[in-house]
Amino acid sequence: MDLLLKQKDNLCFGILALVIVAIPVFVESKYYFIVLNVIGLNTLVVVGLNLLIGFAGQISLGHAAFYGLGSYFSGILTVNYGFPLWPAMLVGMLATGAVAYLIGYPSLKLRGNYLVMATLGFGIIINILMGELEQFTGGHDGLMGIPPLAIGGLTFDDDLKNFYLIWSFVFFFMLAARNLLNSRVGRALRAIKGSEVAANSLGVNTADYKVKIFVLSAMFASVSGSLYAHYITFISPSSYDFHYSIQVVTMVIVGGMGSLWGSLFGAGILTFISEALHIAKQYHIIAYGVFLCLVLVFLPEGIVVGIYNLFLKRKTRKLIIK
Amino acid sequence: MEFSQQIAQYIITGLTIGAIYAIVAMGFNIIHNATGIVNFAQCEFISLGGMFMYSLAVLFKVNLIIAFFISMAGVALIGALIEMGPIRHARSKEIIILIFLTIGLSEILRGTAQVVWGTDNVGVPAFSGETPIHLPGGAAIVPQHIWIFAITVMVMLMLRYFFKKTLMGKAMRATAVNRRAAALAGISVNRMVLFSFAFSGALGAVAGMIIAPISSTSYDTGIMLGLKGFAAAILGGYGNFAGAILGGIILGLLESLGAGLISSQYKDAIAFFVLLLVLFLKPRGIMGYGESERV
Repeated sequence: MDLLLKQKDNLCFGILALVIVAIPVFVESKYYFIVLNVIGLNTLVVVGLNLLIGFAGQISLGHAAFYGLGSYFSGILTVNYGFPLWPAMLVGMLATGAVAYLIGYPSLKLRGNYLVMATLGFGIIINILMGELEQFTGGHDGLMGIPPLAIGGLTFDDDLKNFYLIWSFVFFFMLAARNLLNSRVGRALRAIKGSEVAANSLGVNTADYKVKIFVLSAMFASVSGSLYAHYITFISPSSYDFHYSIQVVTMVIVGGMGSLWGSLFGAGILTFISEALHIAKQYHIIAYGVFLCLVLVFLPEGIVVGIYNLFLKRKTRKLIIK
Repeated sequence: MEFSQQIAQYIITGLTIGAIYAIVAMGFNIIHNATGIVNFAQCEFISLGGMFMYSLAVLFKVNLIIAFFISMAGVALIGALIEMGPIRHARSKEIIILIFLTIGLSEILRGTAQVVWGTDNVGVPAFSGETPIHLPGGAAIVPQHIWIFAITVMVMLMLRYFFKKTLMGKAMRATAVNRRAAALAGISVNRMVLFSFAFSGALGAVAGMIIAPISSTSYDTGIMLGLKGFAAAILGGYGNFAGAILGGIILGLLESLGAGLISSQYKDAIAFFVLLLVLFLKPRGIMGYGESERV
């Protein structure tokens, strides 16, 4: 599947660009734009996280923290200190990257479940700080009045404009991720996933690559967080708790670990399902859990690759019978 | 005097909560040893234990002791069902998939608990009254604290006996060391995994039931307790039973002293910060030992 996607990669990007441009023609309701924008924001985080999980084989349950750091850097710098908008976003991205380096350097020496705990603990600490450093963050009441982004005279102050803004970020970040994966770095990452020891013995500095990809995935999350802050104009700690970290890793798995387009599907399907299931009212959590379990039990390769494989199996069976 | 009294009080609270973490950590360890995964449904076992106890003891007025054992058996059964259904039949045995499967399962359990019991906090009566007992140092202790210590110690002794002396316990330990070798020696690995889920269900339920009278319980109390129990298990060295006790107590004391002496808002942050420091200095926990990596 991966190979197949690679051949048609450029076609896929073309289609994605067309769909992004065309969607506003068909969608009118404000609600659907909000859902689409949230999907876009999640996709940014998931693409970055998938580089880490799917290609470097490292699990992080702390990405809500990086997403949150992006939001809070943007929010605090622009609201409290009157920073210009885009530089604030850039500072947020670099600062988040630095934090990720500091935490990633010792963490990524940990293995398996120890790494899960370290990233989880880090996420919880950052979430507590968001609530308690009231003089900067506004505490649990949140930070209000974050200005919308603007380029020249164009202010991204409604859902449609933000749709174009967010999805152009998605488009270019996915393109960047694709190019990265097809480069020397990408091959090294794939080797690490195959076997860390083997990669190491072939001269790939695995520790170095793992930290770098961790920092990169944190920066993806941070940019998404900044966009979120400027889009919604209000942030509070509850958006960045442990559940968000779990949610994005779930999207990576459901979409398919190590599949770039799977990230888009995972974020899309789960965000959409989670919204759609609100009609189930109090059964919402159960329904979401059941959906998740069904996918993990029956399609562990992820929805896209999983269904493709099922299809392939049926096709080969038909051929055999013939 | 005043200050040392306070410290004594913090230490008692810390040890109590630490005992709870230790029991939860044991539950995590037992499943880890059998399967290698982190079972996040452990969090829900704790909540369910508390809520079962509440239903039986408060709503149906069942005798506390009987309610205790029924709840324990009930949650153990849920643990077993989880293993027999989704975990065993999952098409992929990759660790990360199984871990997230337990997260999906815990969502189902939590959602169900929310539908059945609602979202309110409910109280469970203390096992033997609430008159505090004054200790010679000037600190006071509520009888429930003594219950928590006593039950924790008993659970630990029983687990020790089970794993060291009984055939089934030895079989479970053999499975933990090497699944293949255990299977070759005629141990039904599947059954051992099944028992480990039932066991950690029972342990989670016990933790949820004994803490319920002190801090009220609700459908999602288990999340934070469960995560702390996981932290305790990691701190001590994942899979190590003595480490679970040590990790639980250290975490409990850190939290209680941190809350009392530094700031109650930051108590969780302090506990997790120390955990990170320990992990960075000793990547396999305090009592964990290194594993050589196989190629």
